[in-house]
Amino acid sequence: MKLGRLLKTVFMIDFLTGLSIAIKEVFKSKKTINYPFEKGQVSPRARGEHALRRYPNGEERCIACKLCEAVCPAQAITIESSEREDGSRKTTRYDIDMLKCIYCGLCEESCPVDAIVQGPNFEFATETREELYYNKEKLLENGDRWENILAANIKADTPYR
Amino acid sequence: MDSIYILINETYKILFLLIPVLVTVAMIVWLDRRVWAFVQKRRGPNVVGPFGLLQSVADALKYIFKEIIIPASSNKVIFVIAPIITMTLALVSWAVIPFSENLVLADINVGILYLFAVSSLGVYGIIMGGWASNSKYPFLGAIRSAAQMVSYEVSIGVIIINVLLCVGSLNLNDIVLAQQNMWFVVPLFPMFVIFFISALAETNRPPFDLPEAEAELVAGYQTEYSGMMYAMFWLGEYANILLMCAMGSILFLGGWLPPVDSEIFAFIPSPFWLIFKILFLFILFALIKAIVPRYRYDQLMKLGWKIFLPFSLIWVILTAGYLLYFNMLPGQI
Repeated sequence: MKLGRLLKTVFMIDFLTGLSIAIKEVFKSKKTINYPFEKGQVSPRARGEHALRRYPNGEERCIACKLCEAVCPAQAITIESSEREDGSRKTTRYDIDMLKCIYCGLCEESCPVDAIVQGPNFEFATETREELYYNKEKLLENGDRWENILAANIKADTPYR
Repeated sequence: MDSIYILINETYKILFLLIPVLVTVAMIVWLDRRVWAFVQKRRGPNVVGPFGLLQSVADALKYIFKEIIIPASSNKVIFVIAPIITMTLALVSWAVIPFSENLVLADINVGILYLFAVSSLGVYGIIMGGWASNSKYPFLGAIRSAAQMVSYEVSIGVIIINVLLCVGSLNLNDIVLAQQNMWFVVPLFPMFVIFFISALAETNRPPFDLPEAEAELVAGYQTEYSGMMYAMFWLGEYANILLMCAMGSILFLGGWLPPVDSEIFAFIPSPFWLIFKILFLFILFALIKAIVPRYRYDQLMKLGWKIFLPFSLIWVILTAGYLLYFNMLPGQI
């Protein structure tokens, strides 16, 4: 062992340097956000909780084409449809098993009318499994609640589609 | 009637010591996590209570309500006793720690020997827990822990001899009072450094946390434990760390003495000085946890037996020779 290296080891120079750096870092500003009270930015493309959107006049967008059901790799979506009195085809059942879902975003991509979308909400933990089997009412309610942000996000992402 | 009175009096005194120690242990866990986080520029626990101070209380509640799982193939009696032993031994040693000249539960004349003996027994809790789990990771962790603690106790013992040579008494209060003119950290600085590093190894703190090296041994001797039993190991561990900090401050940093013997410092009561010193040492413990990588096992053994032990033995000879040559041996006129 070289003399310089030996002296460095005996007097713990490397250790003391590390300790001084550590003490300096203690007083610097934090790099993490104060999560539950302060939230990070969410991209317009974020693939969070699902929502079914409506047209501004209140009509459901979904036309029950079942493309999302077909494309879903996890087979989390179940759709049943029937013809309404005015001749338009609408869903009678639209279920998403959020526990099966892998949040890949293919349903949103496949949708020709931007009906099923994945919103920016990622905080939808529940206390029971049953609450995570989303049905049509729940999804439409999500759509109503997040509509402003969903519309803005889709608009922001349009040039890249 | 007299015996009952004494019993109540002693129980009161013990509770007066134990409850603050347990509360401090809970707070110290918070401090440890917080300092660790601050060094890494994180925030650490800051949600439960003011500044997250009650985080440990929340953790303790969680542990209490969790199920205690006892493995089918374990030696059940020893498995249950092990965490109790760890925690009891960690708390028992506090009896002799002097918080001021009169504020000490048991002012016995062999205080330092008692402290050393009890902290040596601490390894039993770990090795019993590891053996009784009847599983490979806890077993390996316990073996490592036992070897490590035994190795470093030797050098701690020799370091204590250094201090005792300068004091001439085994009473902890005498050790503190002998430092009235100068703390032992000044003349015995290398010994203080070695004591501190040995204390890290003795309490299985990083960089010597090989018994619970999560990359190799899952959680070491704690692997099979859960719920309150795990929490007791955890409390015992932190109580031991606090005890080692207290031991370091009594042996080298002047215990409950203020830094300078003057009117201004005498204003703060002496227990607070000991608490400040313990906290200072503990913050060093926590900072070191954040900055150092873990030692390899052979390096750990090499450091203990080939470097610390000879060095502290040589220092004993130097101290003794110095004291003898200058006629400064205590007890001599």
